Amino acid sequence: MILSIASGKGGTGKTLVATSLAVSLPNAQLLDCDVEEPNAFLFFPNRALLERTDCQVPVPVIDVDRCVHCGKCSDACAFNALAALAKEVLVFPELCHGCGGCVLACPEKAVKDGRRPVGQVFRARSGGHDLVWGELRLGEARTTPLIRAVRERASGDTVIVDCPPGTSCSLVEAVRGTDFCLLVTEPTPFGLYDLDLALKVLEKMEIPRGVLVNKSGIGDRKVYEYLQRRKIPLLMEIPMSREIAELYSRGRILAEAIPGWRERFAAVAEAIREMIP
Amino acid sequence: MKQLAVVSGKGGTGKTSVVASLAALARGRAVNADCDVDAPDLHLILRPQIRERREFFGIKRAVIDPERCTGCLSCQDHCRFGAISDLEIDPLACEGCGVCRLVCPAQAVEMVDRHSGFAYISETRYGPLVHAELLPGEEASGKLVAMVREMARDLASSLGLDLVLIDGSPGIGCPVIASLSGVDLALVVTEPTISAEHDLERILGVTDHFGIRSCVCINKYDLNPQAARHIEELCLARGGEIAAKLPFDPAVVEAMVKGVPVVELDRPISDSLRELWRGLEEQLSESS
Repeated sequence: MILSIASGKGGTGKTLVATSLAVSLPNAQLLDCDVEEPNAFLFFPNRALLERTDCQVPVPVIDVDRCVHCGKCSDACAFNALAALAKEVLVFPELCHGCGGCVLACPEKAVKDGRRPVGQVFRARSGGHDLVWGELRLGEARTTPLIRAVRERASGDTVIVDCPPGTSCSLVEAVRGTDFCLLVTEPTPFGLYDLDLALKVLEKMEIPRGVLVNKSGIGDRKVYEYLQRRKIPLLMEIPMSREIAELYSRGRILAEAIPGWRERFAAVAEAIREMIP
Repeated sequence: MKQLAVVSGKGGTGKTSVVASLAALARGRAVNADCDVDAPDLHLILRPQIRERREFFGIKRAVIDPERCTGCLSCQDHCRFGAISDLEIDPLACEGCGVCRLVCPAQAVEMVDRHSGFAYISETRYGPLVHAELLPGEEASGKLVAMVREMARDLASSLGLDLVLIDGSPGIGCPVIASLSGVDLALVVTEPTISAEHDLERILGVTDHFGIRSCVCINKYDLNPQAARHIEELCLARGGEIAAKLPFDPAVVEAMVKGVPVVELDRPISDSLRELWRGLEEQLSESS
């Protein structure tokens, strides 16, 4: 089972849930796909690093001896990553999507595929659990190749995918092909609004889904009414508690720190396993 | 005209609640811009009346004409995004590069405009708001952020207002870079948790990378005073400034439910927010 944990709104408790699920399930692997701000590994201070690899993406390299300055490479680029001037071709690597269009368009074979790193993939082992995360280079804009590189390392029977916030391409890349998505929300107007947006993405992608309400007790009842109306399963609630917030702030995992939660998380995972078609 | 962007690295630290209060304190002086286009929440507090709606076209999308297609699979073989299978294009995977059209020997692929969202100009009790809506799962959120910011700047100059107040998105990638480019000051809202501290260092690395002046606001500092002190030390060591420390206050959620900026509820947090605003005004007037 590949189980993704997403939310729409940031800070609702995705990482709290993903880390607790991972330690509650034997041999579960945890993939942190929030490559802009990866946090899950911070909750596993005793970890042995097994891998640290550059994530490389293609980028055009111009062979100046062959280039005849015809401008076909920049005409073919949909992302304005190439500017063909009278005497040289400028490449803007951070705009490049690595599609290879310029390489194909050049009649002189003067454009070659180079490589450049956009971040790093890390893999570590901690207490029987495999942890994988990506770290986007500071100043890089595109997250999807690195998210893909993290997802490619999925292995084992139970994989937990901690997703980035938002509802755009980063979320799509992180949840793509997962068997079930658990959306973590909070019972507030912001939580509900962004939950609705994230659910629309999952519906479009036809990924089975359910909801976990974190910080229950704050805000209002509208999230619950919404879930009932839309017939979306509410799988778990975590109450608003200063104790849980403080544990989290210090980097402790809820399922390890307070008795009873490990069993609750294991039960949720079991319920989800049964919901997967 | 000055531009102030509020960002955070980690999500859920309180950016939007802070921005809504700054909008209330800046009443009439600023154009507000919600640049968290894929999970926009500022409108839930500012409750805008929409005056104008513009369509947003992000990247183009490939469409295969089955009449012309000979089934040679050249498009599929050359697509580096895995967006074509069985000669069907997955619109959520297509990045709009046009390589499929380039390689198609039968001219069966066309690149069509893709309607990816809307941008709005609205009126609120606290002045104008420019906001947007990205359709679910769409790309090019950075491009939509750029559109929102351009509309906000144009509006500010036509109304003679001297500030654009930007609510950014979490993270450090494309929409955040688009929210930060060329601003006069970035306010980073953080909280005393190990996650937020880690994320703070990364977002400050990004503001440094682009040469953007920044200051830090520690929200809910009293949830873990020791961690808050640690963040203060970290900022001082980087030569940065702490713009404010805001207490944990249930009034923040109460205000959200009521749909009003929390500063208006006159609770413990309100004084700290007013102080934050005074400090920001000072910093903005210093920047040239």
